[in-house]
Parts: sequence; C-alpha cells; structure tokens
Amino acid sequence: MPEIGLNHYLVLSAILFSLGLFGVLTRRNAVVVLMGVELILNAANLNLIAFSKYNGTMSGVMFSMFVIILAAAEAAVALAIVLNVYATFKTVDVGEIDTMRE
Amino acid sequence: MENFDFGAFAYQAIFYLFALIIVVSAAMVVFSRSIIYSAFSLLFTLFGVGAMYVYLSADFVAVTQIVVYVGGILILLLFGVMLTNKITQERLLTDVFNIVPSLVIMLAILGAILYTFLYRAKWHAGQERTTTVVEPIGYEVMTNYVLPFEIVSILLLVALMGAAYIARSEKKFGLEKRSN
Repeated sequence: MPEIGLNHYLVLSAILFSLGLFGVLTRRNAVVVLMGVELILNAANLNLIAFSKYNGTMSGVMFSMFVIILAAAEAAVALAIVLNVYATFKTVDVGEIDTMRE
Repeated sequence: MENFDFGAFAYQAIFYLFALIIVVSAAMVVFSRSIIYSAFSLLFTLFGVGAMYVYLSADFVAVTQIVVYVGGILILLLFGVMLTNKITQERLLTDVFNIVPSLVIMLAILGAILYTFLYRAKWHAGQERTTTVVEPIGYEVMTNYVLPFEIVSILLLVALMGAAYIARSEKKFGLEKRSN
C-alpha cells in the first residue's frame, strides 16, 4: 500500500464533493437537498485541513472552523425556510414549488 | 518479511477503512430513496470525516465536527424530516429526477477535479505540521482572526434568532396539520 499523502485526501474530498453535488441535483425533497449541501461543505473542509497539514500553517484550520460555524447558521435558516414552505405549499418537493406567492 | 512495520500497516489500514466508510455512506445518502436511511448514513459520513481530521492532526476540528454536525445539524435535519412529512405515512420516500444529466455532470466534475489535482497541480510542499492544533487555534483566534471571530459570533446569533422567528408561525403549526 502506498504512503498516505496529500493526494489521498484530495481524492476522497473530490468523491465526497461530487456525491453531494449529485444529491443536490437529483433529490426532490428539500431536506435531502440540504444533506447534499452538508456533504459538499464537508468535502471543502477536508480539503482545507489537508492543505493546512501539508503546508504547516494554520490558515486552513481557521477557515474550516469558520465554515463549520457558517454551516450551522445555514442549516438553521434553511430548515426554517423549509418549514415555512411546507406550511404554505403542504409539500417540500422542490419540483412543485414554483410560485413566489400563495 | 522480517522488517514488517505493523504500526504503519495498521495506520494505513484504518485510513482506508474510514475512507471506505465515508464513500459508501455518502453514496447511501445520495442514492437511497428512504429519507431516514439518508439521514442515518449522513451520521456515518460525518463521523468518518471527523476521523479524517484526526488523521490530519486537527483534533480540535474533529471534536468540533462531531459536536456541531452530529450533535446539532444532523438533529436539526431529522427534525426537518419529521416536521415536513405526515408521520403516519408508512415509508418516507423521496423521488429523484434528472438522473442522467446529473450523473453526467457528476462524473465530468469528478474527472475534472481528479485530473487537475493529480496531474496538473504542482503543490508546493511546506513544513508538515505534526503537533496538535488546539494551542495554535487559541493564539490565532486572539491575534490574527479576532475580528472575523467576533463578526461570525454576531452572525451566528442573528442567524439563529432569524431562524427561530421565521420558523414560528402565527397559526398553530403542528396542531393544524393533524386535522387534515
């Protein structure tokens, strides 16, 4: 087996990113779309921390901390919006929500 | 094999095990039709990414990942699943659409990223960090990143208050749903 290096983490995060993108593009349920967004954010974080380790500086770690904080804020606001959409349209199917008013 | 290094072998084997867990459970999140399966597969993905942070000697970020993602965001997503479905319906399934174009886009982007990362990019290797990350994070937060730190704390407060305000509705939300 080869030595674990930077490329291993980059390949892993590329796979994670493309799977998350696939989820965002294909799922009809808005909550599952949010799960795909979380996968994409995790892939970005993995890249940042891998570069931070093999670079020796702290910038990547600090950026990933901020990304985690913003992901928490994003999930809270997005779920509040999804709940409102459900109260208005009685569905969270992103393919059927196509009007801006009730 | 007299100089077989068991420590290095275990290191690599556990790395590949966690990488496999991440890829398989992320695929389950995306390809499973049941929403509950997706949510619980996301749990394993997040734990696996936390293990990767430990491998990258970013232990503080790993603990933060588990506390914030698994303890916070995943629970929030499960609440979202429960509140936006009629809980009496037997199976929580979700439809998929745009399968073929999305598959093409996904494979094209994956190939482009991998090609760029592995063949085109010439990374400048610096001094590899081997120490723990807890103490440097404390220094950085109090020196270089003190303004972003304060701003992001206010942003988190504003976002959570806004989320609570938006999610609260004038009509009794949960009670009304049950009648129809």
